[in-house]
Amino acid sequence: MTNFKKPNLMDGLAAEAREGRISRRSFMQRSMAAGLTASTATGLWTGAARAEPKRGGTFRWGIHDGNTSDTHDPGTYVTRQMIFLAHQYRSYLTMINPDNSLGPDLATEWSATPDAAEWTFKITDKASFHSGRKVTANDVVASLNHHRGETSSAAKALLTSVTDITAKDDTTIVITLDGGNADLPWLMTDYHLAICPANDDGTIDWESADGCGPYKIDEGEFGVSWSLSRHDGWHGEGAWFDKVQMLILNDPNARQTALVTGDVDCVSLVELKTLALLQRRPDIEVDNVPSGAAITMPMFCDTAPFDNVDVRTALKLSMNRQEIIDKIAFGAATMGNDFHIAPVQPFYPTDIPQHEYDPDKAKSLLKKAGAEGMSISLHTADSVFSGAVDMCVLYSEQAKASGINIDVVREPNDGYYSDVWLKKPFTAVSWGARPTPDVMFTLAYKSDAAWNESHWQNERFNELLLQAKAELDQNLRAEMYREMSLLMHDDGGTIIPFFNNFVFAHSTKVQHNPDLAASWACDGARAPSRWWFA
Amino acid sequence: MGDVASLILKRLALGVVTLFVISILIFGAVEMLPGDIAQAVLGQSATPENLAALREQMGLDQPAIVRYFHWLTGAISGDFGNSLVTGERVSSTIGPRLLNTLFLASYAAAIAVPLAIILGILVALARNSVFDRVANILALTAISSPEFFLGYVLILYLSVKTGLFPAISSLQGDMSFGDLLYRTFLPALTMVLVVMAHMMRMTRAAIINLLASPYIEMARLKGVPSWKVIVFHALPNALAPIINVVALNLAYLITGVVLVEVVFVYPGVGQLLVDAVSKRDFPIVQACCLIFAATFILLNLAADVGSILTNPRLRHPK
Repeated sequence: MTNFKKPNLMDGLAAEAREGRISRRSFMQRSMAAGLTASTATGLWTGAARAEPKRGGTFRWGIHDGNTSDTHDPGTYVTRQMIFLAHQYRSYLTMINPDNSLGPDLATEWSATPDAAEWTFKITDKASFHSGRKVTANDVVASLNHHRGETSSAAKALLTSVTDITAKDDTTIVITLDGGNADLPWLMTDYHLAICPANDDGTIDWESADGCGPYKIDEGEFGVSWSLSRHDGWHGEGAWFDKVQMLILNDPNARQTALVTGDVDCVSLVELKTLALLQRRPDIEVDNVPSGAAITMPMFCDTAPFDNVDVRTALKLSMNRQEIIDKIAFGAATMGNDFHIAPVQPFYPTDIPQHEYDPDKAKSLLKKAGAEGMSISLHTADSVFSGAVDMCVLYSEQAKASGINIDVVREPNDGYYSDVWLKKPFTAVSWGARPTPDVMFTLAYKSDAAWNESHWQNERFNELLLQAKAELDQNLRAEMYREMSLLMHDDGGTIIPFFNNFVFAHSTKVQHNPDLAASWACDGARAPSRWWFA
Repeated sequence: MGDVASLILKRLALGVVTLFVISILIFGAVEMLPGDIAQAVLGQSATPENLAALREQMGLDQPAIVRYFHWLTGAISGDFGNSLVTGERVSSTIGPRLLNTLFLASYAAAIAVPLAIILGILVALARNSVFDRVANILALTAISSPEFFLGYVLILYLSVKTGLFPAISSLQGDMSFGDLLYRTFLPALTMVLVVMAHMMRMTRAAIINLLASPYIEMARLKGVPSWKVIVFHALPNALAPIINVVALNLAYLITGVVLVEVVFVYPGVGQLLVDAVSKRDFPIVQACCLIFAATFILLNLAADVGSILTNPRLRHPK
């Protein structure tokens, strides 16, 4: 590890770039501030500064959230252990790139009919399973069918609009839908839809843990550890490490100690309370990556006093989001603006004005609505996220300045999502990231959605949602999602305080590109195939 | 000696009855947990259809009594069934974990038992001295702190600050025995600190109790050195209570390691049991609990037999 106090500023910058500690953009800005021309700086970045990934080493990775009762069945994937492991030994049709665009995995190209109701995926002919057999369209068909029809798969809801999946030839798959869906290639990144070898009867062989991912499993045990080594026949780029060792470290303290003492090279989750202390260590780099996972606070738009849009807006303006992010999320969050698209997600509209903390305006809105000095209850539980109750108490203090009296009701953790959420008119909820706005909106904001947590009914929104779903022109779609976001922002019944970040850490011996995917912690759970040792 | 043999047989038979009762209690407790295994496995993404499909797949559509007797008939013939979640044999799931737990417990016991008894004798010899007081205070402090706290303190000083020992005890297949002892030293040391005080204090108390007896006074008057008085005259008569305490602590070493396993990420039975309960995986829970119960029954039996064998009056009853 080189130190940063080099006499020459450019040497220091180049060293930081080599170690992947600064992005290309800040490298350019700081080089130019140091007096270099743009072209010289670009040359430096692409030439001397940027370290080439190199092969070798054993990547030891500490993972949180793993059970001994986990399995290889993609239909039951739920813990981080299963999901992270799946991204090493299995492949998907498509994947989310480090820059959060959609890229190819097994599929090399895909296209749709103009109504987006029939999709054709071409897969690479280079891919092979660890057992040696080539990956064919039949394997893909069987793997997707595993989640359809009579199945216990948790991904069944995702594929309900699929009416037929056929293999046209060895490398071509045709998926027919009952309506247009421009996001289907994005849905194929869902962690359940891993490609497994097909049996002769059209089912899949998930039991043998054979896969076509960058690493093959040598040995391992759920809830304990996994040893993997590079699969030489992998169709993708990367997989620089020779071996990968995944250790299940559920205890936050054990994880942190293991990283500090050098027993692992990377951990998938860092305790926010001790983040500042960890960041002080020179041999550890903390990655704080904005994600699409959100904390929401839905209010029932058909229940008084939330049935008045002025009351809803007043509640949105009574929240000091920056204070919540600083004190509750310890800075590891991205500010929300009451529409459910995170800045890292596709179709994020950049020009919607931020809802600022404005008690005076909130007061005047409440006066207009005749709801001055109103009292409401906000229901929450510790299990929503670490700090959920504290956040609600802080918000209730902030709202006092607008003359709103919020009574924070702490509900039991057990059964919060079956007895409180969707039952009480004002709650706090935690949402995992969904790949596209369409999936999220259809799940929780469409008027007839089972999980329409705010009971929000907006005709224009529902109309736009259906149009955008089948629209293949990306510019038109972006415009539609902007309008929908604006509707949620101005009229919607959900306060979104923040989008929580993925916070993970690695030894400075490990390097990665400045861009890190926002789909899962550790570069979209693909650190082993994307990172390398210095 | 025939009496001892019949006692062992009687106690073993009672033990089997106890195990049977425990198995009913555990089955009832798992059944009473809110939610079922299908809900626990599918979590938030459960829908009525895939719940029903999974329940049928796991045989949960049968009544509880039928499932219990199905399990019981298997268990009597030595077949503890398959895990409901993973479908793997219970024996092959628990076997390696149990070996790990037994290894850690034996490692801790091999250090703790001799150390506690020797220390107990030494403090009895030097009772009310500074050494006695310091040893007592340290041992009582260790037993009064929760295991996980002791573990963290050891990690902080012996691993993070000095780097002497690894902070996590992850095991690999190809480790040598020396490596194994080195990697598992901190969890073993934690267990040693937790169980030592009890055994040491009991040794001390039992010996001091005897020192007031006339036959010890006689030995002293003969001019026997005081260490000989304790080791050859007092200790043999103090063995019965000491054996009892040692047996109880050995049982604790096997059943009480859950927290230590979590702190040091050691792949033992404890972690398996916690996961199985949270998933309502009844066959695994049942097998783990029966193993723990059998451990207690057998060690208690061993303690009783031990105290009979060390006591001539019980050995040859009139």
